[in-house]
Amino acid sequence: MLSRLRIAAAAAAAAAVAAFAVTSTAAFAQKKYDTGATDTEIKIGNIMPYSGPASAYGVIGKTEEAYFKMINDQGGINGRKVSFVSYDDAYSPPKAVEQVRKLAESDEVLVVFNPLGTPSNTAIQKYLNAKKIPQLFVATGATKWNDPKAFPWTIGWQPSYQSEAQIYAKWLMKEKPDAKVAILYQNDDFGKDYLKGTKDGFGAKAASTIIMEESYEVSEPSIDGHIVKIKAANPDVFLIYATPKFAAQAIKKTGELGWKPLQIVTNVSISVGSVMQPAGFENAQGVLSAAYAKDGTDPQWVTDPGMKKWSAFVDKYMPGADKTDNSVVYGYGAAQTLAKVLEMCGDDLTRANVMKQAASLKDFTPDTLLPGVKINTSATDFAPISQLQMQRFKGQKWELFGETISGDVAAE
Amino acid sequence: MSTAEDIVTEAPAVEAVPKRAMTLGFGTSLVVLAVLILVPLFVKNFIIFQLTMLLIYALAVLALNILTGGSGQFSLGQSAFYAVGAYTSAILMEHVGMNYALTLPIAGIVCFGFGFLFGQPALRLSGVYLALATFALATAMPQLLKLGYFEHWTGGVQGLVVTKPDAPELLQAMASWFHKSISQDMWLYYFTLAVGIAIYIASVNLLRSRSGRAFMAIRDNEIAASAMGVDVALYKTLAFGVSAGITGVAGGLGAIAVQFVAPDGYTITLAIQLFLGMVVGGVGWLPGSIVGSAFIIFVPNIAESFSKGLSGAVFGVLLFLVIFLVPHGARQVAIVAQQLIGKLKKN
Amino acid sequence: MELFANQVLAGIATGAIYACMALAVVMIYQAIDHLNFAQGEMAMFSTFVSWQLMQWGIPYWGAFVLTVAFSFAAGIAIERLLFKPLAKAPILTNVAGFIALYAIINSVAGLIWDFTIKQYPTPFGSSPFLGSQLISTHQAGMIGITLLMLVMLFFFFRFTRVGLAMRAAASLPESARLVGINTSWMIALGWGMAAAIGSVAGMMIAPVVFLEPNMMLGVLIYGFAAAVLGGLTSPFGAVMGGFLVGIFENLVGTYIPGVGNELKLPIALALIITVLVVKPAGLFGRPIVKRV
Repeated sequence: MLSRLRIAAAAAAAAAVAAFAVTSTAAFAQKKYDTGATDTEIKIGNIMPYSGPASAYGVIGKTEEAYFKMINDQGGINGRKVSFVSYDDAYSPPKAVEQVRKLAESDEVLVVFNPLGTPSNTAIQKYLNAKKIPQLFVATGATKWNDPKAFPWTIGWQPSYQSEAQIYAKWLMKEKPDAKVAILYQNDDFGKDYLKGTKDGFGAKAASTIIMEESYEVSEPSIDGHIVKIKAANPDVFLIYATPKFAAQAIKKTGELGWKPLQIVTNVSISVGSVMQPAGFENAQGVLSAAYAKDGTDPQWVTDPGMKKWSAFVDKYMPGADKTDNSVVYGYGAAQTLAKVLEMCGDDLTRANVMKQAASLKDFTPDTLLPGVKINTSATDFAPISQLQMQRFKGQKWELFGETISGDVAAE
Repeated sequence: MSTAEDIVTEAPAVEAVPKRAMTLGFGTSLVVLAVLILVPLFVKNFIIFQLTMLLIYALAVLALNILTGGSGQFSLGQSAFYAVGAYTSAILMEHVGMNYALTLPIAGIVCFGFGFLFGQPALRLSGVYLALATFALATAMPQLLKLGYFEHWTGGVQGLVVTKPDAPELLQAMASWFHKSISQDMWLYYFTLAVGIAIYIASVNLLRSRSGRAFMAIRDNEIAASAMGVDVALYKTLAFGVSAGITGVAGGLGAIAVQFVAPDGYTITLAIQLFLGMVVGGVGWLPGSIVGSAFIIFVPNIAESFSKGLSGAVFGVLLFLVIFLVPHGARQVAIVAQQLIGKLKKN
Repeated sequence: MELFANQVLAGIATGAIYACMALAVVMIYQAIDHLNFAQGEMAMFSTFVSWQLMQWGIPYWGAFVLTVAFSFAAGIAIERLLFKPLAKAPILTNVAGFIALYAIINSVAGLIWDFTIKQYPTPFGSSPFLGSQLISTHQAGMIGITLLMLVMLFFFFRFTRVGLAMRAAASLPESARLVGINTSWMIALGWGMAAAIGSVAGMMIAPVVFLEPNMMLGVLIYGFAAAVLGGLTSPFGAVMGGFLVGIFENLVGTYIPGVGNELKLPIALALIITVLVVKPAGLFGRPIVKRV
């Protein structure tokens, strides 16, 4: 493991040399640092909702912290230890602004990595771009993060919600051209992005295909009433753009009503352990979705080398963590991507170079991504993961089918 | 369950605070003011930003204090007024292109009207019922803000990004004579401080005026107040209006300082924080507002530094400690301090 | 028409959740004269305890009884340790205490049991009830349990000495003390009973909404609304209030065009406030006469 890392580091350094030689005449051996990086340490900032309504996602921050602990135990990145500073914003934009300023001005971090939530990221985007601090691999699927012209210091990570929704719409147009579609979506930025993507995907056919758009609020304890209403409209395709708890409720209620539409559930809610099982495997049969990462509880990955590494990491660095929680897989993949970028930076740990390296990832595959899904970025493409593969739930696991589909949506 | 009607002697929900005890002495006020003016000159921009938020939340807590401590009405819906103020400022700045300073009085007036209107049905409610009504308002507000019909103006679920103002050129020129520069943060801090002081002085005067006496008469005993000829309905709704208006100005300042408004920023959590700020600062003691505001800004940060996973629990424990030690909030500390000083002077 | 009937039935099914919670809200209001914001979290914690017991292999009803007993004891303990010292503090300080308790329980539960949702078993099964797919046997069972608790409460307050003493202590504490009632312990008893009822509510609600630390966030708002609508002094009113809010909300979401669905909670709350303005003590509450 150690030696492999070193080789990778050496290779990355070599690549950096090549890149550097073209663009600069300065002596390479010279080490360059911005605030937050020294010979011995790289400071990374992060913001997560550890408290408040979205506290379920706090696990992502804890996973990333554990990941960098593992990296440090293995000797760090190019000999430098990673210091991971993570603060709680309680999913409140004003608090996110306060915390990001603390990270930038008080802790003096090199980059802000994987802050979670569209509202919080929107609130801090302008500030970070003005200060020229990288806002790396934000943990939200809004399309607006892929906008290198307007916001050259902000880059996304996961596939965008809109492109995922377009994939569903296009698949439906091909496989079920006469479908009558009903959409259940969460009434916030997340749900509305899916709604827009679906409509864009259907294009001119949207008005005739979508017979119902029903929204729910996260404050509702149970969404059974919405399902009853949707069933009354009698659609044959039911798109569930909901967060895990509500997706599980929707799948369960649909089963209890004895109603059998074709159900498609968003990628956010595909965990076998924390969505499909609580919803009841018998109710979840035949549900469709799209994925880019492997599922921590899906038996088909037990022998997968990448997931074995992930599993060993969880056992050693996060004992007692809930492996059914997809956030653990997510945090691992995101942290691994950052580690890769920092490795590629070599000894040039300036913010500009970090951003440049983040935008030059070529066919990078973290341990947790599906076979065939690769991370690619360029100066004009700030959407690292843009491939997904359709899958169908059968028995107690997801069965992938078709090819990996690329679906980039440019920011407006 | 019983057929007979219950007859209760209802103790007032809020204790009577004599109006002199609601403010600080002249000397103490000057010291606090001097500290507030001088501190930003010696700290980083990030701290200045935190202090700006401190003043803004203090204003919002002050507004709640006028409503609850002044007129005895309880509200868990202050986040709704804060949101309306924030959105008013943000929309006027970004869509109309109005100067940020001009948007604040408008935010205040809009919220005054909103609060006054909300005060009408609230008149018939008291105690827990009023709590529920205001709670309902706070829960409903984020949903109203993201409603499709207003999306063109409010930005819907995505919210609105606001531009932060620079210090006026005249001031910048003056500062450059001394080879100093005024950052946006510092300017906004002093701007907020000026607004805050103006509102504080106005509030103190309001409570000392005829209207203020009417508020307090209602707080202490509504029936007696009406028997004395106080127009209870008018003054109760007026208290709601004034409180909402001040909260609205705070909301507008908050939008400018944070540079962003979105429905997620104005949930019931904010209303609860403001309420906690009032309790910790001392109900009915206006200067306590700044102490309460400091509590809601800094204590979560302290709690977080103890433990990420248990930050909520640590916050709860700290809150319990405070209310066990000083059930009447910072006011109690101030009274004890005053007595000590009095004794020392005698000796 | 069929949609209307369906929505009413679905409303009753959801309303059963609110009714269950509202009953616990009324119980605590009877004892301490205000609303406890931590009530939902206490119920959630109890439900997790029962889940844990079942994970350890204790059968459903065994876990049920143990949990109710645990909750009763925990409710009394919380009152004795945390709120008795605050008895002389202002009411608003007590409310701050509830918020602190809320934060503590929520955070501790998240740390122990994580935030992923968990399946929670039901003793009644989830097949359609009486041929209607809209109400499952679980929901019918939940309504049955709620009504059973209601009857038990009625008999407790009406026909037992302790029940009578509790009512006396809550409505006229000073006079109650004069006739020899230990009002302080009556309050503790009220906390215990509210916690026990809350734990039953939690165990009934969890199969529908799934078990997780934030499961009661929404339920509590609706529970408060239901209790206030029905009248905080009347357990029967609270249960009726629960069903009414459930039906209300579904009909608003279905039949008010345009904004109905997006604003069903605000509209439902506005209707409740309108009711309160007309009948300040709620639909089934006793009017309170104030003495000057």
